[in-house]
Amino acid sequence: MANNQAEIAMIGDRDSVLLAKAAGLAVFDETDAEKASKLIHRLAREGCKVIFLTEPLYAACGEAVSKYRYESFPAIIPIPDSKGSSGVAMAQIKSNVEKAIGADILFSEE
Amino acid sequence: MAALNVKPTRMELSNLKKKRKVAARGHKLMKDKRDEMVRRFIVYVRRNRALREEVEQKLAAAMQGFVLARASMRAEAVEEALCYPARPAQIKVSAQHVLSVVVPKLELVSVGNVELPYGIVGTSAELDAAVQAFAELLPLLIELAEVEKTCNRLADEIEKTRRRVNALEYVMIPQFDEAIRTIKMKLDENERGNLTRLMKTKDMLAQKE
Repeated sequence: MANNQAEIAMIGDRDSVLLAKAAGLAVFDETDAEKASKLIHRLAREGCKVIFLTEPLYAACGEAVSKYRYESFPAIIPIPDSKGSSGVAMAQIKSNVEKAIGADILFSEE
Repeated sequence: MAALNVKPTRMELSNLKKKRKVAARGHKLMKDKRDEMVRRFIVYVRRNRALREEVEQKLAAAMQGFVLARASMRAEAVEEALCYPARPAQIKVSAQHVLSVVVPKLELVSVGNVELPYGIVGTSAELDAAVQAFAELLPLLIELAEVEKTCNRLADEIEKTRRRVNALEYVMIPQFDEAIRTIKMKLDENERGNLTRLMKTKDMLAQKE
């Protein structure tokens, strides 16, 4: 799988990922957290660079996500699914700020 | 604080002084690194947040469009239209360094116009619009991925550096100072002892004569 390697993948429920397929992403229809975790590990091994994960799955696959969180690749990015955003991703940014600066100084403004 | 266990010799003193100097310099450098990283992190995280908001909004719109499209067409027709493989989206991946932190740089290989991977006969306009919207969103998504990864890695590195700075500032350097002080006192004490002994001997010799 050298040349036709999918560099961008998307994992999520059927409704959410079908659209990505038309845009040329490698799409995996998966809603089970355990299977999705395995899939993430497999994709990472195969050299996938960016994995988009729907928010419910992102919350469910905490272990797999945190394993790759501080490595250069793959970047695992939560995206809202067809039901809309649940705020997991924003919470993630917030926790980053808290971790780096010690206090949430950016989001407390408003 | 647990003092360093060192022998009170001049050799040790000079070694400790050198170590203290290195630690102080390391501390200064680390502190500068941390400050600069925090500055850059703030820039990145602001962008991350703006991007995330934009993406979430647009993606939600695209997804809703898609749900509508699915409602307006037969389910099989949608599946059929979308099951043809589209031209795979490709990205150019390279690494860049932000203060010696390796962060990914992702670039979408430009695809020009959005091509629909299916014929337009038999599919609804809503579907086309949704696919189009998503394809237009793709560069944003890739940028989001890059920025978010950078933020993650920077946050991690900042935490590490902060720990190092604190360890140097509050543990190592005070320990060195303490050890240097102890050795100095011991050496001075020895010196005084020597001097007294000498004076005493001189007195004794003078009395004999």
